[in-house]
Amino acid sequence: MNAIEISHLRVLRGGRVVLPDLSCTVSSGIITGLLGPSGSGKTTLIRAIVGVQRVLSGQLTVLGRPAGSPELRRLVGYVTQSPSVYADLTVSENLAYFASMAGVARSAVPAVIETVSLGAFRQTPVSQLSGGERARVSLAAALLPAPRLLVLDEPTVGLDPVLRQELWDLFHRLAQDGVSFLISSHVMDEAGRCQQLILLREGRVLATGTPPDLLRHTETKSLEEAFLRLIAAEVTS
Amino acid sequence: MTAQRTLATSGRVLRQLRHDPRTVALMLVVPCLLMTLLRYLYDGQVQVFDRVAPVLLVLFPFTVMFVVTSVAMLRERSSGTLERLLTTPMGKGDLLAGYGLAFGGAAVIQVGLVLALVLGPLGLQIHGDLSALAVVALLDALLGTALGLFLSAFANSEFQAVQFLPAFVLPQLLLCGLFAPRAQMLPILDWLSSVMPLTYAVDAATRAAASATWTPDLGTDVLVVAACIPLFLILGAGTLRRRTP
Ligand SMILES: Nc1ncnc2c1ncn2[C@@H]1O[C@H](COP(=O)(O)OP(=O)(O)O)[C@@H](O)[C@H]1O
Ligand SMILES: [Mg+2]
Repeated sequence: MNAIEISHLRVLRGGRVVLPDLSCTVSSGIITGLLGPSGSGKTTLIRAIVGVQRVLSGQLTVLGRPAGSPELRRLVGYVTQSPSVYADLTVSENLAYFASMAGVARSAVPAVIETVSLGAFRQTPVSQLSGGERARVSLAAALLPAPRLLVLDEPTVGLDPVLRQELWDLFHRLAQDGVSFLISSHVMDEAGRCQQLILLREGRVLATGTPPDLLRHTETKSLEEAFLRLIAAEVTS
Repeated sequence: MTAQRTLATSGRVLRQLRHDPRTVALMLVVPCLLMTLLRYLYDGQVQVFDRVAPVLLVLFPFTVMFVVTSVAMLRERSSGTLERLLTTPMGKGDLLAGYGLAFGGAAVIQVGLVLALVLGPLGLQIHGDLSALAVVALLDALLGTALGLFLSAFANSEFQAVQFLPAFVLPQLLLCGLFAPRAQMLPILDWLSSVMPLTYAVDAATRAAASATWTPDLGTDVLVVAACIPLFLILGAGTLRRRTP
């Protein structure tokens, strides 16, 4: 079964066509990477999937229901590109509040703080955290209700390599437990960590497939090169 | 909407206030200082102070809660937390009622302090019903919160939100009958005055301070103010869109 099914999705953002006619699928229980340069429409697509973006036309099904259905609010976790947490509250206070909103017991908070390696910052106001630490508070808030689908918009940007590795390990562990992931990134070296890729450029799907598939298909050695080759092929055709 | 989510929201808003002691101090101390200033400004004319003080008593919570709420709500929008909350099972009512409860509670403390000051050390002579005056002041604080929640949707920056005070509150203040009696206004201004909620709030404060019993006129004023609160909350809920363009 597919976690997300999109067909002929057309989206305007601020009056401009950002996604003219997009179709693709995201499989269940694996990590799908949404890769594309800045401005290619990743955030717009993600916002449509979690039901906060108005769409013009097309079909968008998430976990078998139309995107934006009220039942999906319990099943889908969303991490925005810039951390959306209260800067004037501590890490614990933030997560206790988001737990209440998600209908989760506050006793779940300490464990999720450990999961994102923020144990030392439990009582620290978010305003005193670095960008990467804030991003992890934001991620922790999305993990709280144990969602079946996690949609993460550039979650590992600005993190040091060790932490980035830790988070990817966490994503893979959760995926093994059956959680589906859609993770966006504009950095190609993250693509190799995904099991499936959707390459986006100027609001269009350039290619989809597993990383080895894409390398074989484009006869290249790195995903960066593969991406360039695909763009060149599109321009000439 | 659930009681648990509403209470958690007002708890969170109050916790944010607690992390900002300077704002709390400004909220509580500034009205007291202004009242004291007013008292000595009219040192020789105590009857003027007796007339103006009740009106200010309800204007403070209104303006302070209006500004604080609109900035808080604007931050909720610009920080992305509103977008996050709207993707959770939380209802819009939880957010609006949570804000109302939190700032209503803050207003109770604010009004209580100012009341204690004016009735005690400043020696305000009130002929009317003290409880009515307190009710009017509290309703005004909630009105300020509701109006702030609604209008914050039309501000894109803190600069704009703060300017809503001169844009939306000052005209109401000028036309409410405090500066010029409504009977002497141009008909169009009198009509404008009659559709502005603050007119009824100021009127209610004056009446509550003047009469020892609840008069029908006071009842009408209080009803109008009370009805405006859910009205602006509902309008505010309309501005909380789950989907944005
Ligand atoms: N709030 C907005 N209002 C109007 N246009 C926007 C807004 N945010 C993004 N855009 C435009 O939409 C396009 C896609 O942006 P976005 O989805 O954020 O891309 P990405 O996440 O891949 O960087 C860009 O051309 C950008 O200029
Ligand atoms: Mg983006």
